[in-house]
Amino acid sequence: MSKIIATKAIRGAHKIVTRAKEDLAKAIDESGIDSPVAFPDTNYYLPFAYAMLGIKAQKAKDLLEILKYAESLLPPIPSENVWLPYLGPTLDAGMATLFAQEIIEVLKYSLGNTITPTNEFWVGFTTDAILREQGIKLVDGRMPGFAAIVGAAPTNKEAVRIVRDLQERRILVFMSAETNGKCIAEQLHEEGVQMGWDTFLVPHGKDVASTIYALNFAARAAMTFGGITPKGIKEARDILLYNKDRVHSFVLALGDVDDEKHATAAGAINFGFPVVADTDIDQILPTGICRYEHVVSPIGRDTMIDKAIEIRGLKLSMEKIDIPVPYGPAFEGERVRKPQTACEIGGKFSKAFEYLRFRKSEDVNNGKIEVIGPELDKVPEGGSTSYAMIVDVAGRKMQPDFESVLERRFHTFLSEAMGIMHTGQRDMVWIRVSKEARKSGLLFKHFGVIIHSKLLKEFPSIVDKAQVAIYTKLEDVEKLLPEAEKAYDERDARLAGMTDESVDVFYSCKLCQSYAPNHVCIISPEKLGLCGAYNWLDGKAASEINPLGGNEPVKKGQCLDTVKGEWKGINDYIYEKSNKAISRFNMYSIMDSPTTSCGCFECIIAVLPEANGLMVVNRGYSGMTPCGMKFTVLAGSVGGGNQTPGFMGVGRLYLTSKKFVLTEGGLMRLVWMTKELKDALSERLKKRCEEIGAPDLLGKIADETVTTDPAALAEYLKKVNHPALSLPPIM
Amino acid sequence: MSRKKLQDKANIKVLAAAKKAGIDTVWDRFEAQQPQCGFGMLGICCRMCNMGPCRIDPFGEGPSKGACGATADTIAARDMARATAAGSASHSDHARDLALTLIALGKGQTQGYSIRDPIKLKIIAGEFGIDIKDKKEIDIARQLGEKVLEEFGKQEGELILTKRAPKKQQDIWRSMNITPRGIDREVVETLSRTHEGMDQDYKNLVQTTMRVALADGWGGSMIATELSDILFGSPQPIRARANLGVLKEDEVNIIIHGHEPTLSDVIVTAAQDKELLELAKSEGAKGINVAGICCTANEILVRRGLPVAGNFLQQELAILTGAIELMVVDIQCIMPGVAQAAKHFHTKVISTSPKAAIPGVEGIAFHEDKALDTAKEIIKLAVENYKRRDRSRVNIPKESMELVAGFTAENIFYHLGGRFRGSYKPLNENIINGRIRGVAGVVGCDNPKMGSGAYHVALVKELIKNDCLVVQTGCAAIECGKEGLLRPETAYEMAGDGLKEVCKAVGIPPVLHAGSCVDNTRILIACCEMVKEGGIGTSLDELPIAGAALEWMAEKAMAIGWYFVASGALVVFGTPMRVTGSQALTDYITKDLEQTVGGKWAFIENPIDAAHAMLAHIDKKRKALKLQPMLNKQAFPVGV
Repeated sequence: MSKIIATKAIRGAHKIVTRAKEDLAKAIDESGIDSPVAFPDTNYYLPFAYAMLGIKAQKAKDLLEILKYAESLLPPIPSENVWLPYLGPTLDAGMATLFAQEIIEVLKYSLGNTITPTNEFWVGFTTDAILREQGIKLVDGRMPGFAAIVGAAPTNKEAVRIVRDLQERRILVFMSAETNGKCIAEQLHEEGVQMGWDTFLVPHGKDVASTIYALNFAARAAMTFGGITPKGIKEARDILLYNKDRVHSFVLALGDVDDEKHATAAGAINFGFPVVADTDIDQILPTGICRYEHVVSPIGRDTMIDKAIEIRGLKLSMEKIDIPVPYGPAFEGERVRKPQTACEIGGKFSKAFEYLRFRKSEDVNNGKIEVIGPELDKVPEGGSTSYAMIVDVAGRKMQPDFESVLERRFHTFLSEAMGIMHTGQRDMVWIRVSKEARKSGLLFKHFGVIIHSKLLKEFPSIVDKAQVAIYTKLEDVEKLLPEAEKAYDERDARLAGMTDESVDVFYSCKLCQSYAPNHVCIISPEKLGLCGAYNWLDGKAASEINPLGGNEPVKKGQCLDTVKGEWKGINDYIYEKSNKAISRFNMYSIMDSPTTSCGCFECIIAVLPEANGLMVVNRGYSGMTPCGMKFTVLAGSVGGGNQTPGFMGVGRLYLTSKKFVLTEGGLMRLVWMTKELKDALSERLKKRCEEIGAPDLLGKIADETVTTDPAALAEYLKKVNHPALSLPPIM
Repeated sequence: MSRKKLQDKANIKVLAAAKKAGIDTVWDRFEAQQPQCGFGMLGICCRMCNMGPCRIDPFGEGPSKGACGATADTIAARDMARATAAGSASHSDHARDLALTLIALGKGQTQGYSIRDPIKLKIIAGEFGIDIKDKKEIDIARQLGEKVLEEFGKQEGELILTKRAPKKQQDIWRSMNITPRGIDREVVETLSRTHEGMDQDYKNLVQTTMRVALADGWGGSMIATELSDILFGSPQPIRARANLGVLKEDEVNIIIHGHEPTLSDVIVTAAQDKELLELAKSEGAKGINVAGICCTANEILVRRGLPVAGNFLQQELAILTGAIELMVVDIQCIMPGVAQAAKHFHTKVISTSPKAAIPGVEGIAFHEDKALDTAKEIIKLAVENYKRRDRSRVNIPKESMELVAGFTAENIFYHLGGRFRGSYKPLNENIINGRIRGVAGVVGCDNPKMGSGAYHVALVKELIKNDCLVVQTGCAAIECGKEGLLRPETAYEMAGDGLKEVCKAVGIPPVLHAGSCVDNTRILIACCEMVKEGGIGTSLDELPIAGAALEWMAEKAMAIGWYFVASGALVVFGTPMRVTGSQALTDYITKDLEQTVGGKWAFIENPIDAAHAMLAHIDKKRKALKLQPMLNKQAFPVGV
């Protein structure tokens, strides 16, 4: 820590702690010491304070405890001459700053405060639900890390350029604090840039204190995905080191860096997040707290992202796809709204489908991209067109089974182009192209360019060649559709016929081990990965693509229990790959050695002892459930690679599997599920109910419209005579 | 050997006045000794039995054996072993007294003491296998004291603190049978083995030398440091001043000199007594100024930030300023010259240890149960003596330098990462990435035979210029403090770019003051932490480190040097131990030993040459570890 930086940071820390003290005193004065304080929809109290101190702050008086701790961290400002060591004290001052900022921000949400952190486009605190959703992107590498930008660029144009650059590199952007009265988020807003979690651009707040939202996001990532339960200083350190080692993030300081920003940066350095500034604020180059340098300045704004990536030790493969619009996962979640739409395809507007075929090598002309029919620029503004995209793929290791695996990726591939909104698959696609994208010169041929280059890049070991043909005349689309429909049906039938007994190997998924080091998924034909993103075929394809990657074939070995779904080979593998944390598990049981979870699960199944049954809640459902816990609370006890009988994270399609909690009686045990889940799976569930001879079962399963109260649920189950009541006791 | 030119301006001024007054000092007496006995220097004069004294002719013309048949190898090795045992005994006896104090405190039989570092008490108690659950601190203290005492009398097994060493060191020690069993046992056995007609094989004598030294480094001295931290507080970086200029014209000046913090700590407390301050005022003094000399100075410096009047060679000079009302001394390094000098002034000298009586000096035995009363009594004597100060003879030099001291193996964690991220990682990483070349310990006495302290300064300057972080203790640390090497802004100007960059990041001087001579064990522990952090070696002998005590004087220095060598370090002495009369012994300890214990000795008088030898050794370790090349150009290039 250079002395200049240390001095400013410590001075800033004193200012922010004083501010928190004043805010808190005022709040307590107005609302009382026992009044509740909370961020919205989180199970982590004040997440940073909870992570570092284990304090479960719920009342104003708990904030006093945090404040007292923050004050105990405040060091004196280094003396002019014969100074004492200041690195440790400055880092402590940074921590004090973050504690104080969290107090300042939570007070905005609590005690009848009038300045709410969420208004206009500001989003304030990140809820647990979003944390988990975005965490998945961190896990699977869609998001290599995040950049916390404090301050503003000198011009709006430069602000846009900086964030576009970050978006293209798939880096999540958090924005806070101001320079000369302006935050970069305001600059983006003025330029009409879409902000929000979907576009990787998250404006936290204009107050420098709102920078805490980036850091209490990071702290929660370690708790949620790293499975670290806060307690004392050791756990706090583990949480910080988890971030240093696994969450590849950094701070970009734009414009003047005042004392408070210095103090905040000192806090970020505790997380291992280095700071790159465009003004001259001195430097801290020797390594040790962060991976490489700590503070680097002054760096030109055109090179500061490269510099940040370099000093954070990020390994980024920049995607350069030759299309006229920016490309990257940050654009995947971007919405193209109706008024911005240049052309709409599929859905109720036109006949459209996408189809990938496995072909012999000689039949595929690699890189050939044809558009047969009118190009995108010929479609009238706001109009529609027929659309069939036929992709032919060849490769020595390509198998027909992989067709669906590759084809399902079209959605992501196309969505990642800025200005293309793509949903659905097969003959259910719905695509919008924005006016802006078309104005930039985007054509259907670029769809082909994207698909071709992404297939070869992401599946290099199975795709040797690919060609793309896009048909936009109705007669062509109608002529080609039956072949595609036949293929869809055949694929479904093949997959439906595949059972856990019919294969010798399952596939592991260790993609989340970077976050939950002891967690391993085992994916079988009848039990997909808990994130819902990987089924058995995906696992198979992935292991072919990269035999040294996160997915490995695992021989089932001797079957130890057919009902519970226990195999010796699986147990041996789990024991080794869970770092000897888990010695065995049953694929089809929730009560006896259930499978573990990383934190990315689509749904959580939980036992309801009073109802002698099970309930299922999906991510995104924010209401109460009959077990007395919301999804976010449940998620806290299920993740982190721990085995927790009675609770299990699963992919939503597992509900429709014949192997669904077979040990406990299968679907018959299901007494409550969310309405959303029920609706989404209704066709498949109805079919399953019929198969098990209980065609009216679905109607007997309660949802939140019936009740979320356990007593009322028991009443209801009795009334409808739910079969779970007559099953053996679940516990 | 002629008297080296003095560099310290304060010393020059006071000596000039002393010369005028016809008072002799260590330099005069040293010069009067010239030429010193060549046989003694070579270690080939044997006084072990009454057939002798015998001496070996180093030129091969006279006798090559003593009356009993002892060769130069045997004679030199026996002498060395005995001297090392004496050094080890000194530190260890100091430690024993601390253990007794701790027990007395535990029994409620002390006055003016408390547990100043209860956290450390619990940690160390845990290490000694004491169940601390639900126990009062005071009871833990007593139990710990008793448990520590067992280390002295233990006959079998291994000293508990040797477990702190990396596994490889422990394995080496076991394989060479040098793991210390009990502290007293090793001293006794060494004395027994060096008796006439006993151990005659120089290699076997080196074995007992190493074991008795390890009983100091991983026993006595380490215990002394740990117990001092518990009783008097663990040091934190602190500001202070050093050199004779800290003495005050208008205050009662009290010097505390010696080694045990037990005495100095209560004196410092008592000096803040209101009644005594009032008394001082009534005597016409503005206050009571307590300053230290030698390792006592270091003990109160690192814990309380008290001024340092000077190091070993300055003990007489302090008195010669004419401004000292009273000097209170305890044990070790108290020159008889002090009492002789005091006779020329109003200065009272009080000896407090029954173990160290001084002719013509008043003894006030110091007991823990009335420590504070005794301390007050002593201070009162000083205050009352103020009026006897002859102002016409007062000659306080203006020189004194600001410094930062108080670094420990434990507080380095905090200073490299704060409360949450504390670790040795920043140190290790910057060694790995070539900002820091290595770490050097520069310790020991100051000696008129060499630079009177100046060698340390020259050595340290050359080391930091070459990006070597320096850790210091003892009188060497005081010397560098006086020269501004412990003052960050002054020292940065002398440091290499890489080292400077790291020091500026942390806010530390490139030269770290770690305490007194028993506190050399802090350096051992810090080295263990470096090994634990990883990346720069899995054992102490693999670390890119080196040590030096160029101006060594005391037998204690030999014990320290030996425990570092036996723990895997290169140790450089300016003038050799008295071994060079035996080529075989000299070769064995300066060359062959490296193959077994990993460490070895070097004897190099020129401080710049010594620095280069240390750097070359560090480079050798860096190369073996495949560390990155140095980031910045080195004044003394790598690989020369």
